[in-house]
Amino acid sequence: MNSRHSMTSGYNFTQKHILGIHHLSADDIDFILKTADSFKEISTRAIKKVPTMRGLTVVNLFFEPSTRTRLSFEIAAKRMSADTYNISASTSSTVKGETLIDTARNISAMKPDIIIMRHSFAGAPDMLTRYIDASVINAGDGSHEHPSQGLLDMMTVREHKGRLEGLKVTIVGDILHSRVARSDILGFTRMGARVFVYGPATMIPPGLEELGATVCSSLEEAVADADVVMTLRIQKERQKDPLFPSLREYAQKYGINRRILDRARPDAIVMHPGPINRGVELMPDVADGPRSVILDQVTNGVAVRMALLYLVMGNS
Amino acid sequence: MAESLLLQNGRIIDPDNGFDRQGDLLIVDGKVAAVGTPPPEDVQIVDVRGCWVMPGLIDMHVHLREPGEEYKEDIETGTRAAAAGGFTAVACMPNTRPVNDCLAVTSLILERAARGSARVYPVGAISRGSRGESLADFGEMKEAGVVAVSDDGMPVVDSQLMRRALEYAADHRLTVISHSEELFLSRHGVMNEGPVSTRLGLKGIPAAAEAIMVYRDIALAEYTGRPVHIAHVSTAMATDLIRAAKTRGVRVTAETTPHYFTLTDEAVQGYNTNAKMNPPLRSEADRRAVLQGLVDGTLDAVATDHAPHSTLEKDVEFDLAANGVIGLETAVPLTLELVRRGVIDEQRFVRLLSLNPARILNVPGGSLAPGQPADVSVIDPAEQFVYTVDSVMSKSKNSPFLGRSLQGRAVMTLVDGRVMFSRPR
Repeated sequence: MNSRHSMTSGYNFTQKHILGIHHLSADDIDFILKTADSFKEISTRAIKKVPTMRGLTVVNLFFEPSTRTRLSFEIAAKRMSADTYNISASTSSTVKGETLIDTARNISAMKPDIIIMRHSFAGAPDMLTRYIDASVINAGDGSHEHPSQGLLDMMTVREHKGRLEGLKVTIVGDILHSRVARSDILGFTRMGARVFVYGPATMIPPGLEELGATVCSSLEEAVADADVVMTLRIQKERQKDPLFPSLREYAQKYGINRRILDRARPDAIVMHPGPINRGVELMPDVADGPRSVILDQVTNGVAVRMALLYLVMGNS
Repeated sequence: MAESLLLQNGRIIDPDNGFDRQGDLLIVDGKVAAVGTPPPEDVQIVDVRGCWVMPGLIDMHVHLREPGEEYKEDIETGTRAAAAGGFTAVACMPNTRPVNDCLAVTSLILERAARGSARVYPVGAISRGSRGESLADFGEMKEAGVVAVSDDGMPVVDSQLMRRALEYAADHRLTVISHSEELFLSRHGVMNEGPVSTRLGLKGIPAAAEAIMVYRDIALAEYTGRPVHIAHVSTAMATDLIRAAKTRGVRVTAETTPHYFTLTDEAVQGYNTNAKMNPPLRSEADRRAVLQGLVDGTLDAVATDHAPHSTLEKDVEFDLAANGVIGLETAVPLTLELVRRGVIDEQRFVRLLSLNPARILNVPGGSLAPGQPADVSVIDPAEQFVYTVDSVMSKSKNSPFLGRSLQGRAVMTLVDGRVMFSRPR
């Protein structure tokens, strides 16, 4: 199959794998988002299926529990008529002591076209590409990247704001462990937005400036005049190596409530990659309020993933 | 009949004897013969024109993996790699299986080493089983042949135990080598903490994790008045602490490795497990500070921390990969690069790789004075080669330098006057 290209600009999408926003140019991102825009309509039809990927095999290889991302990829693949298979950590052979490379080679021997991988270790999808022929889409690797999330965030913002360039995007929370934050920082800045981050100092890793973000010294400063306020999930499972004293204190000092949101632009939107800890990083009145576009993110997730499947398929 | 060998027309570099000039080195009966002695008639002559002839290079920090992990390396292959890399002697760390914490293991190592291609100086454990709880039998191990003690791979967490080790080791004239790492701060870390770990989403190990423990060790050395040797220094902070300690007369010595003065954490890019070791590759500022330490004498020795691992330990997710890289066959060219760039001179090169390790470990060597055992390294500083997997003599191939063009290579390695390695020129 030929690589996907734009009729007007002569641009070619040449990525075989989607490992991270890091590897995508502004043109790549723009093309993915436009492709996703055009696919979005499919999900509104009575019969939500196009034959585009009929006969192609998509494997969801998930080494970490996930409900929405896995479902979103599966729905995306099925709406494109691909055959999809799910392998999750509990059923995979890694519990039998097989190495990731052997698992990858075995799956590869069954000739899948696209492997969608989630793994708790950063770099696992990169490694996969060295041992298999199929295209690999990273569905989140450790604290590294979650490119489809970054793209659906950009799609959602562009839908609501009409543009990305010049916007102030604020990300609040556990930047240290967040693959979403890394993909968003890289993506939004590459598209000309300004990204500001804030969180407890224990959750701000060194060198964020080199990724393009500005680290703020207060929540007020971070949110002031923001066009987009995104808050990240506090991973309660990390509480054995606590980076802040208590959830109660976190909610008070770092949670997004209506009062703090008043500092943002009047038309600011609120985003969250989900799942939300209500009352911790995001207060219910904000999560359910008129500015929340959280469910739009979920809807757009399917469109972005349809676009990614379609585009890498052209290069696999 | 006396066996004799004449290394002709080499550049003899011997800082211990203030010697650096073109000449011939005569070896008779395994010993350096008096300079200027006319060669016997039946002497075997080897033309080493263009080469450096130096007291045998000593790698004071290697892992030979025998006993217990012979699938990674053994004493035969490890010493062969050493000789091919220009080393006449290596000091092997005790983190074998079982740990070298007693006479039996030390004896086994030395027995195997007798058939090896380089001298082997075993390092015994500081604590029994390197578990950090109680002192191993230093006296017995010393008698069996260890030259130093270390729990390398792990720090001695208990400062009281470390203090006792410094005191007790001095009684037995054993060098204490410290793996200085503050484990709480480095916990779960897999690379240097900084912009690169942030970008790659990998858990970082801050430079402070090394510096804190280096200072602990310096404080103990200062308090007890006993010497301590700091292994594999990787950071500017630790280098500064050691420099300051030396200035006030603390008996501290230190080594670094070619990977710390050649590479930075950028080498981890692409989740390259051959760039994973502990301590980790650091920032460019750290790399420069370590270089400065080699120049100004803060760091006394270049060692390799040769740590062979098979594909079983390395062809896995970065988080799961074992720490360590091989280094015996790349140390000479990588250190020579410093000489070529004018960072250090030839004399300093020999001090870092021969004379100082010999002094720190209290072993013979580092000198080509007449009567000395003829441990001699001959290298061709001009030879260029590409370091490839196929050329690696070590059983394991885990080097971050594979594919790199290098310059300077061992031509001949002699131990007690016997040719352990020679490369056709």
